[in-house]
Amino acid sequence: MQYDVIVIGGGMVGAATAYGLAKQGQKVLVLDGEDLTLSASKANFGLVWVQGKGWDHAPYAQWCQIATNLWPELSDELKATQVDISYQRRGGFDFCINEQEWQERESMMSALWKNTDGMFEYEMLNHSKLKKMIPEISKSVIGASFSPQDGHVDPLALLQALCKAMQNLGVTYMGNCLVEAITPTHGEYVVKGAKGVFTAGKIVLCAGLANGQLGEQLGMNIPVVAERGQVLITERLKPFLKWPTLNVRQTAQGTVQIGDSHEDVGLNDGTTPEVLKQIAQRAVLMFPLLSSVHLVRAWGGLRILTPDGNPIYQQSTSNPGVFSVTCHSGVTLAAAHAGPLCDWILGDSYLPVIEQFSMDRFDV
Amino acid sequence: MFKVLDDNHEFDTQISFDGKDHLVPSNITVAAAALLIGVKSIRETPVTGAKRMPLCMMGVCYECLMKIDGVGNQRSCQTLVRQGMVIERQIGATEVEAEYYEA
Repeated sequence: MQYDVIVIGGGMVGAATAYGLAKQGQKVLVLDGEDLTLSASKANFGLVWVQGKGWDHAPYAQWCQIATNLWPELSDELKATQVDISYQRRGGFDFCINEQEWQERESMMSALWKNTDGMFEYEMLNHSKLKKMIPEISKSVIGASFSPQDGHVDPLALLQALCKAMQNLGVTYMGNCLVEAITPTHGEYVVKGAKGVFTAGKIVLCAGLANGQLGEQLGMNIPVVAERGQVLITERLKPFLKWPTLNVRQTAQGTVQIGDSHEDVGLNDGTTPEVLKQIAQRAVLMFPLLSSVHLVRAWGGLRILTPDGNPIYQQSTSNPGVFSVTCHSGVTLAAAHAGPLCDWILGDSYLPVIEQFSMDRFDV
Repeated sequence: MFKVLDDNHEFDTQISFDGKDHLVPSNITVAAAALLIGVKSIRETPVTGAKRMPLCMMGVCYECLMKIDGVGNQRSCQTLVRQGMVIERQIGATEVEAEYYEA
């Protein structure tokens, strides 16, 4: 079968990109992995978040602003799928439990403000101001940063909505179709997958951690490593937390998601009692009421990290038409991937900031 | 609908179920007691409010969640009845206990 674009990877990044390409009239095929393929999309926290992102790299700060500002539009478009993604943008908190954290946060936030030419909105709240907004907060929390631009979404519902939306626009989705080989032939690319052989003029690699080995086949050296995060889920509780925070959020259905751990353990996406204990203790320190709550699930997931933590958007120089879209934060960036990123892939006039994410930055 | 098979069971344990007192055999689970009493539903789900009854009776499915002695979302099939136990239907999501709020 002949397509305009083959997107390899049907997770948050691949689905958003395929949806965006289809919106621009492209004939798109999405090849997805198997149920047990490592999938950050099915293990993440669901924040649509700018706080802290890009404080040390202005293009990333600006890109996250673009993405979060396009998010309400994406959310509206996805309503047609009738999947309730529970998107909210009321703002979000990141707590500080000591003076050092407060000072580091304050300088991070002001760096982010500068990096976005003042587009990033935030406020540093001391304990008493914070307590007025969140009465359940413990006195161990000395303050917090708050950004009205932050929000959250149900990430599993989002993935489902994107898959439905792209298929409504004519995208062909093929699951259980691991890619075995990609070969350039007469200015096109032939992709051999578990379910057949497909041809397209353009290939977009959205396979997360697998982008490394897929890129290799095409002469691209995409540096990507895994970082594990573990997550705890509580029983459903009556709503008590109106805003998402970096490590604790209450979902629309009432469960509380607790997380934010960072481990380098290769491709192991399991859980460990030690880390789950740490994240539970930090959550209880912040919200003492959580100590009486039952936990019902825990899982581990692998973040897709590049050497500097920023996305890699790169067209292959030896195989033009092959694009790498390698990043974490696929939820936050979904709206940018479904919009401006597709302009760049299609070679239309595009936002110059995207060029800042080429791999040239790793060459010294 | 349900009855105790062993005739020698004594109905000697008093429990309160949604405000009404009942005598049930000792050494049975709260879920079994609910079936014996003949209640129509033991909980209403948090998301849609659907009425539910115990299902697996072996601690796996979490369908039998009830409020037992003031603590919500208890698996009634894994909890034995006790003299004076106060059992309530679990209506929607549980509330976080106010006593755990910090002064």
